[in-house]
Amino acid sequence: MTAAAVPLTVAVAGIEEPTSDVRTLRLVSATSAPLSPFAPGSNIEVQCGERRNAYSLIGDPRDTSQYAISVLRVADGSGGSRFLHDEVRRGDLLTISPPKSAFAPPAAARHHLLIAAGIGVTPFLSYARAFARTGASYELHYVHRARQDPHAGLLGLPGAAVRRYVGRESLAASLPELLDAAGVGTHLSVCGPPAMIDEVLDLARTRGWPEHRLHSERFVGVEAPAGEPFTARLARSGQTIAIPSGTSLLDAVRGAGVDLPYLCRQGVCGECKVRVLAGTPAHHDLHLTSAQKAAGDLVMACVSRCEGDELELDL
Amino acid sequence: MTPADLLPQTLPARIARFPFPFPRDEYRYTANVQPAPAFEPTVVGGWGDTVVEVDEHYLAELEERAEILAEDPERSITLPHMKAAAWDAVLYTLQGFADARPDVARLSIDGDRVRWENDLLNTAIEFVVGDESTLPLDPLTWVGTQVQEDICLLDQREGHLWLDAGLVTFAADWSLAFDIGMSFLEFHGPVPRVHEAGVMPAAEQFLMRLTPEQAYRRTNWTLTIDRRMDVSTEKYDVWGKDRRLLTLEEVGERVHLRVEVQHLVRLPVSGAVMFYIRSSMLPMHELLLVPEWAARARAVIEELPEDMADYKGIARYRHLVVQWLDAQLEADDPQSAAEAA
Repeated sequence: MTAAAVPLTVAVAGIEEPTSDVRTLRLVSATSAPLSPFAPGSNIEVQCGERRNAYSLIGDPRDTSQYAISVLRVADGSGGSRFLHDEVRRGDLLTISPPKSAFAPPAAARHHLLIAAGIGVTPFLSYARAFARTGASYELHYVHRARQDPHAGLLGLPGAAVRRYVGRESLAASLPELLDAAGVGTHLSVCGPPAMIDEVLDLARTRGWPEHRLHSERFVGVEAPAGEPFTARLARSGQTIAIPSGTSLLDAVRGAGVDLPYLCRQGVCGECKVRVLAGTPAHHDLHLTSAQKAAGDLVMACVSRCEGDELELDL
Repeated sequence: MTPADLLPQTLPARIARFPFPFPRDEYRYTANVQPAPAFEPTVVGGWGDTVVEVDEHYLAELEERAEILAEDPERSITLPHMKAAAWDAVLYTLQGFADARPDVARLSIDGDRVRWENDLLNTAIEFVVGDESTLPLDPLTWVGTQVQEDICLLDQREGHLWLDAGLVTFAADWSLAFDIGMSFLEFHGPVPRVHEAGVMPAAEQFLMRLTPEQAYRRTNWTLTIDRRMDVSTEKYDVWGKDRRLLTLEEVGERVHLRVEVQHLVRLPVSGAVMFYIRSSMLPMHELLLVPEWAARARAVIEELPEDMADYKGIARYRHLVVQWLDAQLEADDPQSAAEAA
């Protein structure tokens, strides 16, 4: 049912470089269509040359005059961030997707305990702006490597209770106390690299936090394994597609002309979920719950493969 | 010649734009959702090209809503965590009104400052999003002074939807104050048949995947005696007895086909799911102006299984409606009228 999102054309209206490896782009609509408001924690896909990367919107969710994203240069990445750092100039046009809500704050929380590492702080920047308007109670614990803080502007927000940590160890030392001191009705939201998220959530679980009060967004996904070759039979189109080792199910299916939507390509976002009609998927994603994985009727085409020779898919 | 050509040239808008809900001669519960807005033609006109609908009952229904709220403030409830959703609903609804009726309404937004003009009410107001003191009422109750729609706001958490805010003055045999805080599956608990078929979990899954880019809608229906908007559980003592006192002679004037057009919207900032419930009614004697509708409604009402008729509250008198429609349809049919002569 997800209607195909209509891409938007935006112009780069401003570029800031708060540190040597972070670039903040301000984007305005380049057409008569206004930008839409968005849920805090939303991201947009940006066409970066050949690649499409997802970035959190860091501005005010109700500000429809511009979008802002913060891009960390990933030197050994697939090239999307290098494109936005090296190729893009003020005034250039970019193609983006409409905002997608992937990590919205839980409305029913009486207090938000936010923990972010590095560039993982970006979704919380729009949280903070939304909370400033609604008066929601929150505190942000933000760990970063260098003494430089690319998002120092956050400290100026009204109502912000921000504590900064330099280095993972200094946050780790404070975590038990943070988790134990949280009042009734507090929800914990964590964003950063997977290892850091796992560390925080595992500690929260052992200290008695119920699962439904834990929220996270992973900023680095999984690598798709090369895997064994297998065959995908597409029930709706009647096609049979061979997936060689080293090619993802997503790429093979799209290569055969099926418009399967995707976003992160890292088993995180859930966009390329496909219903499995027969065969057993080999799950490598972070999106499906363990119950969903056990049920075996869904597969994330970007990273997951087949346990055996053949999958029949609802495509 | 199409049936529409045989009709009077100037059917009033309440008939021409009536969202007649029956595509076939029998009715069962389904999720029956479709993208919105989209014009749905009927034999005499059509409906659905706007999300907010303003009709000839506008002033009367808003006045009635104000009276209902004055007597029973619990018809509008916003749980504390739904304030952001209520503001979202205000902005979405005013935009929907301005889109539907640019001839009488204007919305301009500059950051958090909003200016709204509604000529139908001679209203011109400026307010600040997020600042309740700039509106005369709480946001959800206030926006209910501008549109005829009832509004429900559902929070999405823990893998379910929860009815945590609403402005519902025109409920068809339910109660917002009773249902508030319930999950989607809980407040649909009394609906017969749908649970065995798994309709409700599927509908909930559908709603949880809604995105702000695309609204959807569905219709629901019942019969209401007299043009009574407020047939809530709270007022059962007032309207309940009509169902057993109704006589055959009264059917044409008093029994109304009541259709709810429900729009389903993902609000952009709060992420809440919004239901508009817009109730329209046509009395049986007006339904008869469109013979296809009268015949179709007659078939549906007669065929409806007893448990569904009971849930809709029409089990006691639907035979009278069928009997009345039969008599009228027969009298209107030139062939049978000739045979009778």
